[in-house]
Amino acid sequence: MIKKGLILLGEYFIFLGKVFAKPIKWKLFFKKLIDEMYNMGVGSLPIVLIVAVVMGAVVTLQTGLQIESNWVPKWTVGFTARTSIIMEFCPTIISLLLIGNLGSRITAEIGGMRVTEQIDALDVMGINSSSFLVLPKIVALLIVNPTLIILSMFCALLGGYFVSLTSTVVAPYDYIDGITSFFRMYDVYYSLIKTFVFAFVIGSVASFYGYKIEGGALELGKASTNAVVTSSFIVLILNLVITQIML
Amino acid sequence: MISIQNLYKQFGDKEVLKNINTKFEDGKVNLIIGRSGSGKTVLLKCIIGLLKPTAGHVLFDQRDFHSFPGHVQNELKMEMGVVFQGSALFDSLTIEENVMFPLDLLTKKSYQEKQERANYCLQRVDLENTNKLYPSELSGGMKKRAAIARAISSNPKYLFCDEPNSGLDPKTSIMIDELLYSITHEFNITTIINTHDLNTVITIGETISYIQDGILEWKGTKDEVLISDHDKLNDFIYAQPLTQKMRGFVK
Repeated sequence: MIKKGLILLGEYFIFLGKVFAKPIKWKLFFKKLIDEMYNMGVGSLPIVLIVAVVMGAVVTLQTGLQIESNWVPKWTVGFTARTSIIMEFCPTIISLLLIGNLGSRITAEIGGMRVTEQIDALDVMGINSSSFLVLPKIVALLIVNPTLIILSMFCALLGGYFVSLTSTVVAPYDYIDGITSFFRMYDVYYSLIKTFVFAFVIGSVASFYGYKIEGGALELGKASTNAVVTSSFIVLILNLVITQIML
Repeated sequence: MISIQNLYKQFGDKEVLKNINTKFEDGKVNLIIGRSGSGKTVLLKCIIGLLKPTAGHVLFDQRDFHSFPGHVQNELKMEMGVVFQGSALFDSLTIEENVMFPLDLLTKKSYQEKQERANYCLQRVDLENTNKLYPSELSGGMKKRAAIARAISSNPKYLFCDEPNSGLDPKTSIMIDELLYSITHEFNITTIINTHDLNTVITIGETISYIQDGILEWKGTKDEVLISDHDKLNDFIYAQPLTQKMRGFVK
């Protein structure tokens, strides 16, 4: 088991070594990058925004219900909700969502190309197929993931505001007061660093599992599942590590 | 000329190719024939560099392919065109973009020049009106022809085809065979085809290498293949009831 894991880890780093090679043509690289950014960003935008609004609403509601005391100022609800949304919920939950949405798609796409010999076709043309296919995806995710997560933060805060308008747990004025109090830019930096790391994990792990497929459709399904499970596990562990280091 | 010398390929404990020694002649259609699982595809993959042989040499005009570093191998690969069993066209690109793809990556030609070359290649394989279609919109035979067009777009010196007739009806198979034969002679390409299609063997096989269980058992031409005394080859050639009847006629 440990030996298998170490072999897999070794294969992953060898794969990364091949991915980070100079693109054969920069023009084609940027064309692929734009395509990937569009497909990943626009494709994931609706689901990310919907989940963010609902998540923000639930976090605000839960926080408001937990802090029902005359001794605690009302703006604490907004403050706590904002801090949890920015520092934890958006970067982690949205990244886990993107693993399911984009990670599985990347594995299926690259794995499908492997199964149908399209990757072999690239290799026999003398092209570094891992770099050609994977590098634009990882770079696109490094741009798209933080952008989506910043947008999701705004939407989650908006979700909280809807709760303040429609329920009695916190008044809109108190909520606005809370989310604008004691704002620290460091929280956003911390959150963005996490999203960059998570984006790299999503792109590289999903591509790795797709690239190393041997066999047919059955292996493709297994690889997608393995990619999602492994990426989620790594993201959660790295979340803990980064939090320990930065906070 | 492509020369194979003492080639071995092993996967774990399983030896798939055993001491293969053969030559594939310039400007001719060279066939590798044998039953499924005999090692044909592994041999082809060793020749085109998708697999590294356990031992032995693959010489392209005296250039020992596997002894070269990666970037030199890549330069040599630019002299190859490959048609895969499942065509391996890129799903996300149109047929025209597929044919232009090697030119996009490997040449500095202008867009117009590349398009002209793609149109010529598509015309050569009778796919004039498919430029803007996607691979999923083509039939199996058309996909194979598009793959041939892509393989010849960069003007290769060597053309490799892995079972180009698999999954095609007899008439389309004949069309593909004729196309590969005429392209080989028109552009003076050294063509190597993996096949177990008997029609291909007896119509376009200028040199034929028969492989069984990873061993090169027999080598000859299409004129010799039907009258050979080699038992293993005859078991393969005359395996079907129809060919068994034909055998009496040939004799």
